[in-house]
Amino acid sequence: MESLILVLVGVLVAVGTYLILSKQLLRVILGTAVLSHAAHLLILTMGGLKKGNVPLLEESEGPYTDALPQALILTAIVISFAVTAFVLVLGYRAYKTNGSANFDELRGTPDE
Amino acid sequence: MLAAIFVPFLYKSIKNIHTGWFVLAVPATLAIIYASYITRVADGKVFLEELPWIPSLDISVVSYLDGLSLLFSLMITGIGSLVVLYSIFYLDKHKEKLHNFYVYLLLFMTAMLGVVQSDHLITLYFFWELTSISSFLLIGYWYTRDASRFGALKSMMITVGGGLMMLGGFILLYLMGGTYSIRELIVMVPNLVEHPLFTWSLVLILLGAFTKSAQFPFYIWLPDAMEAPTPVSAYLHSATMVKAGIYLVARFTPIFAVSELWIWLVTGVGILTLFWGSFFAVKQTDLKGILAFSTVSQLGLIMSLLGASAVAFHDNGATDTIKFAAFAAIFHLINHATFKGSLFMIAGIVDHETGTRDIRKLGGLMSIMPISFTVAAIGSLSMAGLPPFNGFLSKEMFLTAMLALQNFEFFGFDTWGALFPIIAWIASIFTFIYSFYFVFRTFTGKYTPEKLPHKPHEAPIGMLISPMILAALVVTIFFIPNLVGDTFVKPAVQAIQPFLYDSPKDIDIHVAAWHGEITPELLMTFGIVIVGVLLFVALPKWQGIYQKFPRALTLNNAYDKIMLGLDVGLNRVSRLYMTGSMRHYLLYMFSSIAAIVIGSLFVKDAFTVSFQNTAPINPYEIILVVVLLIGTAITILAKSRLTAIIGLGAVGYTVALFFVIFNAPDLALTQLVIETISVALFLLAFYHLPKLGKREERMRFQLNRAIVSIAVGVMVTLVALSAHSQKLIPTISKYYEETVYSKAGGGNIVNVILVDYRGFDTLFEITVLAIAGMGILAMIKLRMNRKEKTHENK
Repeated sequence: MESLILVLVGVLVAVGTYLILSKQLLRVILGTAVLSHAAHLLILTMGGLKKGNVPLLEESEGPYTDALPQALILTAIVISFAVTAFVLVLGYRAYKTNGSANFDELRGTPDE
Repeated sequence: MLAAIFVPFLYKSIKNIHTGWFVLAVPATLAIIYASYITRVADGKVFLEELPWIPSLDISVVSYLDGLSLLFSLMITGIGSLVVLYSIFYLDKHKEKLHNFYVYLLLFMTAMLGVVQSDHLITLYFFWELTSISSFLLIGYWYTRDASRFGALKSMMITVGGGLMMLGGFILLYLMGGTYSIRELIVMVPNLVEHPLFTWSLVLILLGAFTKSAQFPFYIWLPDAMEAPTPVSAYLHSATMVKAGIYLVARFTPIFAVSELWIWLVTGVGILTLFWGSFFAVKQTDLKGILAFSTVSQLGLIMSLLGASAVAFHDNGATDTIKFAAFAAIFHLINHATFKGSLFMIAGIVDHETGTRDIRKLGGLMSIMPISFTVAAIGSLSMAGLPPFNGFLSKEMFLTAMLALQNFEFFGFDTWGALFPIIAWIASIFTFIYSFYFVFRTFTGKYTPEKLPHKPHEAPIGMLISPMILAALVVTIFFIPNLVGDTFVKPAVQAIQPFLYDSPKDIDIHVAAWHGEITPELLMTFGIVIVGVLLFVALPKWQGIYQKFPRALTLNNAYDKIMLGLDVGLNRVSRLYMTGSMRHYLLYMFSSIAAIVIGSLFVKDAFTVSFQNTAPINPYEIILVVVLLIGTAITILAKSRLTAIIGLGAVGYTVALFFVIFNAPDLALTQLVIETISVALFLLAFYHLPKLGKREERMRFQLNRAIVSIAVGVMVTLVALSAHSQKLIPTISKYYEETVYSKAGGGNIVNVILVDYRGFDTLFEITVLAIAGMGILAMIKLRMNRKEKTHENK
């Protein structure tokens, strides 16, 4: 199971990278989102899968599945959401200011 | 040094007296102080004083005064006094920024004294670079001229480059010997020779000496440094700074002379420089240009003599004549400082009085400037090596030493040694020619006042004092060479060759202008005079050959090409990869990460896969995997962006379902909500696209992108699989399970971890959200403001 998910994570990373390397700003942001999904799945998988029950004392008996990676992922999800939102608005501003969403057209000024 | 601080105040407060008078007191006092050591040093005493600087690193300022240091210190302060005196009359009180000039000059003097008295390698280097910097400032003194700045920069590049090499050599010496003290290193020589770093440090230290002393091929900065005011040229580029490399070679001779490479390098480069400089000096049309090349060639002469003096370490007593070499080197060093200083000052006077230094415009000044002519004639004839001037004596000894080089049976001198006297002889002929050329083209011949900017007349007496004193020295040294030899030269020779002599009194060299018999070197001198006169008379006929040398093959051209090439080439290289395109940079980053990680995986042989402690696979999960793959495929292959966003949403929801399957309810909840909001945001951004960006084009497939992204994906998979297959440490979550209720009083382990065990993460995660929200708000608001502003401006 873990091996399968890890291969899947690899595919997700490859897709995310491919999208990040594209010209369109929106696709780049999509790529970051895909990449963060991959990272969350990776953390979860590395903690071990199906090692036990849901980590809720009232709901189930032990042994429980590892709760620490879940806490980490929860933090990561929220942070990546905040960053994604911010980058999206930034991209939106970039459209408005430069009138283009193409990375090949968004170059620095010559003296930078 | 302290005096340098007070100079500007004096300049500002006392306007009507030339600042130089106050400065003059400093070197003069120092010279008198150093003079008081003469008798004691001549008896073979040395003086040592230490001032700790960084004791923990074993760095201290050690002043060590022996024959060699004392000779240099006296030369620096003595000629320094004369130069200051000369500059008082040379530089205008009202037109020039005198305070700058004297501050730099005193700084330079301090640095130079530091160089010759340091016994500590690191402080020696410190003062060495201080001379580079202060001479840079002095050469660029008239900073409004392009040529001054160019010359200053060139000298800076070359000498500082050499200085850095030298520092490397010093550090290697320290690594070998374990001490920074030159004295202690000299004693340890037998242990150093076998060390593998010995040759490296030798070459590096020599590079430093050659660059500073303007040896071939590093001499090119010296002619360009002639843009400096004439007192600076006289002081720095005849008597002091260019002698620093000579000093360095002399000081390190006891350490390195055991090596064959040292002898060949120093002697060979010296003799080559001697020939090269004297040959090209005849080509110059500028008085200071001639003197610059002449300085280069004379320094080469001294350098070759120092190289020859190292031979004496190997062959003590086989021939007595080779002992002459060190003596001759030091003796010529003194002589060169005297006559070259006076010649520079004369060139400055001519410039000052006629307004030009171009030798083609000058002529017939003999009757107008008789004193200058006399001094110039004395200096030039001494430079040419004629009696009754001191240059004759050192030239004789030089030829003696060169002839003696043939008699050695080792290092290949018996085959190649014959080259040295021949080259030296030819170089001496050229020396003779340019010395005559310098005097007679300037002071005799036709007087053409219409070519000159000023109406010439004899210089003021104050300007003539210094060159007259130096010229008087030139003659005096010829008549009483042994006094100079006993008091100054022999202690210095003893410092260069400490293993040969126990005290300066043992050196049995007696200088004489006439040894009572016809020696081969006397015959050589006659030959030099005869051939030199013939060639000088025929000079107009053959001076044309200098025009035949193509400009492309000169060393200056090479230097310019290197500088320009570096500039252009490095620009081209950085343009090559600094494209300004974000995608290229990301490509570099991703590909290098993938290459490094995958490479190290296989180099370290870390890749393993084991299917132990993995969970079984259910059909549900296979379905979910397939759905996820479809979602990503949609995201990546979608023709329109809308489809891509929906694909991404599918991916997010599938991930949430994974969380459900893997027993993570909180994660599933959060993921669902967040994914929904994200997709909404994406759609919002999509909706705001400008019209021109609405071309719904399919993404162009690019091979390199695909390769790099697949490599990154493979890398992550490999690393994760290897890491997962080699779990070594059990998880710490057992503790959480046991204490979550008893200590924290909660049932949901994940939530308790988030707010109790690891509450700090959560606090700052909240901060991140807050900052993102504020940032978004600011971006939107600020745009509105800017829009309003542009409206107002319109």
